Amino acid sequence: MFGYILRRLLSTVPVMLIVAVFVFLMLRIGPGDPAAIIAGDNANADQVAMIRQQLGLDKPLLIQLFVWLRDILGGDFGESFFFRKKVADLIADRIEPTLALAICTTIIAVIVALPLGVIAAMKRGSVIDRLVMGFSVLGFSVPVFVIGYGLIYLFAIELPWLPVQGYQRIANGFQPFLRSIALPSLTLSIVYIALIARMTRTSVLEVLDEDYIRTAYSRGLTPLQTLMRHALPNAAVPIVTVIGLGVALLIGGVVVTESVFAIPGIGRLTVDAALARDYPTIQAVILLFSFVYVMINLVIDISYLLLDPRIRY
Amino acid sequence: MRLRHFALAAALGAAVASGPAQAATVLRAVMHSDVKIVDPIWTTAYISRNVGYMIYDTLFALDANNVVRPEMVDTVDISPDKLTYTLKLRDGLLWHDGLPVTSEDCIASIRRWSAKDTLGQKIFSTFVTDMSAPDANTIVIRLKEPTGLLLFALGKPSSNVPFMMPKRVADTDPNKQISDFTGSGPFVFKKDEWKPGDKTVFVKFDKYKPRPEPASGLAGGKVVNLDRVEWLAISDQQQALNALSAGEIDYIEQPPHDLLPLVKADPNLRIVTGARGQFTMRFNSTQPPFTNPKIKQAVWYALNQEDFLRASIGNAEYYRTCKSFYPCGTPLATEAGMDGLLIGNARKSQELLKEAGYDGTPVVLMASTDLPVLTNLSPVAKQALERGGFKVDMQSMDWQTLVARRAKKDPPSAGGWNLFNTAWVTADILNPAMIGFLNASCDKALPGWPCDPELERLREAFLRAPDLESQKAIAAAAQKRGIEYGTHVPLGEYDQPIAVRKNIQDVVTAPAPVFWNITKK
Repeated sequence: MFGYILRRLLSTVPVMLIVAVFVFLMLRIGPGDPAAIIAGDNANADQVAMIRQQLGLDKPLLIQLFVWLRDILGGDFGESFFFRKKVADLIADRIEPTLALAICTTIIAVIVALPLGVIAAMKRGSVIDRLVMGFSVLGFSVPVFVIGYGLIYLFAIELPWLPVQGYQRIANGFQPFLRSIALPSLTLSIVYIALIARMTRTSVLEVLDEDYIRTAYSRGLTPLQTLMRHALPNAAVPIVTVIGLGVALLIGGVVVTESVFAIPGIGRLTVDAALARDYPTIQAVILLFSFVYVMINLVIDISYLLLDPRIRY
Repeated sequence: MRLRHFALAAALGAAVASGPAQAATVLRAVMHSDVKIVDPIWTTAYISRNVGYMIYDTLFALDANNVVRPEMVDTVDISPDKLTYTLKLRDGLLWHDGLPVTSEDCIASIRRWSAKDTLGQKIFSTFVTDMSAPDANTIVIRLKEPTGLLLFALGKPSSNVPFMMPKRVADTDPNKQISDFTGSGPFVFKKDEWKPGDKTVFVKFDKYKPRPEPASGLAGGKVVNLDRVEWLAISDQQQALNALSAGEIDYIEQPPHDLLPLVKADPNLRIVTGARGQFTMRFNSTQPPFTNPKIKQAVWYALNQEDFLRASIGNAEYYRTCKSFYPCGTPLATEAGMDGLLIGNARKSQELLKEAGYDGTPVVLMASTDLPVLTNLSPVAKQALERGGFKVDMQSMDWQTLVARRAKKDPPSAGGWNLFNTAWVTADILNPAMIGFLNASCDKALPGWPCDPELERLREAFLRAPDLESQKAIAAAAQKRGIEYGTHVPLGEYDQPIAVRKNIQDVVTAPAPVFWNITKK
């Protein structure tokens, strides 16, 4: 297994390199000029040209690419055009809110979705099953920002229990932190609850039709015992896959959620950097997201070994 | 046990009786943009200008009637030949680090500003021979020939504003950003709390010495009644309004006009007067068909200001037609040369196109889609131009893409352009020397690159005009020439109100948002 993990880790290097070159070129080919944005609307051509020179954007593309690759191999992701900070520091500043949002969202999604999916499967065709599936379709279909506005209206304006926007760091106290992260996490978790509940229901249903489940019942096990000992462990592989993919998909979700709730995380940083054509920041953030994505897939693959002894790599 | 309860109750009682410590007055605001660059000389971005007004002071400033008033300056002495200006600084002015403001600091600041700002460059390279500091409180500026605009330039209200900085900061190359944000203005910039993308923090400068006059526009006494001002980065305007409604913030600089009815409907909120803007259409004078003045004239006839204003702002309370390059209500405003224009005369437009031999080649109209106040301008323009006989290829893009593309001089078919719409803060367009789109110096002009020696001659003459009457005459002539040549088209004026909570009082009406004078009750 260790050989497999090592091979997978090594394979991330060319993947990251391809991503790096691709992102670099896409940004340069795409429209927009960071120098013009920095200079402001009233700046003349000379002022813009001066800034372009200061940013090193007047150099040939290949030289810019070479310098950037050389720097990132040395662990230097460059300096943001706008924030005038090292991109690594900028990301380090923003990682806590995003991690908190991702972790809280995943916890809420798993805690709510697994029981819902299992109950829907156990009560197949019942009103509960239809309600869960109805909710699931709704969760998929309604955009995150609409859910966000709805929850804000309910829990922050009509019932002023939670703040409308902003983020409190854990260092400022756990309660303020929880209050600030509750609505964004709930908003973002809806779509994952829908996804995981649906997959859980399908997986459990498939397993419930298996011979060994009937055998378990015939041996006198209760439905709960059958579920816990036989059905869930055997349905786990697709469920874990969906949870893992859900975590990876959160990357897209945090961008919208952090913007709606004014959370200074990496999602907001991505949007701000993209709008401002802040090349070094966009490049570093996309590399980070790509790395996270690759790692999550690795963790999912390794978890298969633990969940299903038949799987070998 | 009872004893312990009693002790606890006594302690609580004592705490209640002593009352809470006096809380700091904090105002939380959402501005039109997040602060990413602080140096207001290095960039012309309005948000950096707004930061400038918080932390820096100016020698002169425009009051509510657009009259230049001394601000850091106490007295001004102009020699009879109008070639020597002696400015005395007010006593007791301090930098945030406690050092006194000196004339050497101010001269260095003027030099850095005038190296970057278009008006500053014009005035200081054309008219000023030297600046000297005979003592720590006196600035002497000597001119080659008289200009009526020197003090106006030093009180220029919008980007780039001649903010005063300590000499050690102002000596920085104007093409490099400063990193020391020491000012002498009414607020101190909290660099340690500045988190781009999250918040920007200012605290009251206790040693600031306001002028005795009441605040008026950007001039007068800058009395600070707030201990701390936080600018929060909330990009979603609906969310900003929710936060205002919930009392999490106190002030929104630029709520979109379509959200204003919600502000009015909320009993805890109110609307106050903010900056004013002018919508403008810009021609690319280097690319056909707008190399032909007659075809530009057709545009003047085809468009109707009212259409743009109704589509973009909607509520007539917040807009007005204004057929002037200069803001209506300001001294130089004039309708010279505007007879019969901008009323949607499609037939006249078609006739002119026919006379000019317009071949039906589509004009490329760049349409910005991400700035709400600009979004509706281009569809209206497309419809009006098509009614007037043009073929229009409207290409949608975000504003930053438009900014980059407008710098391209290529033909429209190769990534260039013919037209785009934008908006100016009226404080930026008060006279022909300030209006960037009237600059007709060919390659050195702003994108669109008009090239007209006569217009440049008029702009130069304006700098030399000795009094308001002659300034008015030249401004009118420049407007007529601008229309004739076709530099740009004013599409009407709009107000950009500020939304605040009801307990926020005494907001100063000025071309840039300022936080002195404001009280939070």
